[in-house]
Amino acid sequence: MNVLNFAQAFFSDSAHWHGYDGIPTRFVEHVQYSLEALLVAAAIGLPVGLLTGHYGRGGNALALVATAGRALPSFGLLVLMFIWLGLGMLPVMIPLVVLAVPPILVTTYEAIRSVDPSPVDAARGMGMSEARVLLQVEVPVALPLILSGLRTAAIQIVSTATIAAYVSFGGLGRYIIDGLYQRNYEKVIGGATLVAGLALVTLAVFWAAARLTVSPGVRRSG
Amino acid sequence: MSGFFDLPSDLQHSYLGLVGLHLREALLPVLAGLLVSLPIAQLCVRFRWIYPPVLGITTVLYAIPSLAFFVVLIDYFGQSETTVMIPLALYSLVVLVPAIVDGVRSVPPETLAAAQAMGFGAVRRYFQVQLPIAVPAIIAGLRVAAVSSISLVSVGMLIGNQGALGNMLWNAQTYHRPALAVNSVLTIGVLGVLVDAALVLVRLLLTPWMPRKGATR
Repeated sequence: MNVLNFAQAFFSDSAHWHGYDGIPTRFVEHVQYSLEALLVAAAIGLPVGLLTGHYGRGGNALALVATAGRALPSFGLLVLMFIWLGLGMLPVMIPLVVLAVPPILVTTYEAIRSVDPSPVDAARGMGMSEARVLLQVEVPVALPLILSGLRTAAIQIVSTATIAAYVSFGGLGRYIIDGLYQRNYEKVIGGATLVAGLALVTLAVFWAAARLTVSPGVRRSG
Repeated sequence: MSGFFDLPSDLQHSYLGLVGLHLREALLPVLAGLLVSLPIAQLCVRFRWIYPPVLGITTVLYAIPSLAFFVVLIDYFGQSETTVMIPLALYSLVVLVPAIVDGVRSVPPETLAAAQAMGFGAVRRYFQVQLPIAVPAIIAGLRVAAVSSISLVSVGMLIGNQGALGNMLWNAQTYHRPALAVNSVLTIGVLGVLVDAALVLVRLLLTPWMPRKGATR
């Protein structure tokens, strides 16, 4: 019951709710870092995944890039970029983007690849251009899987954005890093609880997004 | 001028020693994760209603940052390898359980019926029919779990130098030797790619009946 006691102590301390080190401030910072990283990763991963999936080429190269991206340690990259580039947002964003691109890239590719070929052929037969085939036939059918790739990426980013605190930035990682050095478990567990909560919110957001954007015709569970 | 592979003596390991330590800290948890997720996945296949809550719980565990996990576990296991390995084992469940469930579920019902007609009991059918057919899906899950486990070990550096190759990051900062950080990141990256390739090889060996086309994922 240790953990619950610590969490309760953290959240009931009103000092944690105000000011520059308050929960609302840190929460907004965390969401901001996470959104920025997700947007950049999606801007890289989605187009490449869509095109390679559509033309069915470069699957092996893509798998290799994705494995390499997954293999690079986020924390190691952070320290390295910090040493090379100094203090700034770029050393924080690079590891987060490297972390998030592989799931987006691979799932988007697989999603487009696994679209049933007969409607795609039918669309071509109707004289649709390649761009319209991709955007109006393949993407809507592949959307649930594409969203699941984005969701995986988003949850990993939310959990990993805590490392920003290691190079003096804010976000919910502040509580975890500070708690570690101060041997203050209340703070660590409070921070971890908040991150897990934010991850749950992320799950809910993606669930709602899927509800709103996926056409009822292709909706399936998960 | 110090060489690329010369390590500060406070690391207490040679370069290869760190590589071995890193592999042990990263892969033992995945193995433990596999052993735990096999029965969990089997339960999820047998009783469908268990699957959504299991997925929910593992996803929440996955969202807890590794560093926070480490710090909490220090209370119980001290600043030791065990503290680093427990969260990694839990993270691997998130990838492995769905992979195994999907793999076992993908076995065609005719195949199961055929096995039953041949007089296979439930246990024998599981080990000789369902599990082998699920191997590609299981290996796909293992690849993701193993590679991310290898990259996560480095965070252990923050709790009393338990990060194996990640410990070089701390030395890179304190001794102002960026080359150590480059070495650490590159070595971890290469290890991940090599382990991934090894798992692909294992899959090829375990599934001789499958076409040998390039595997994605």
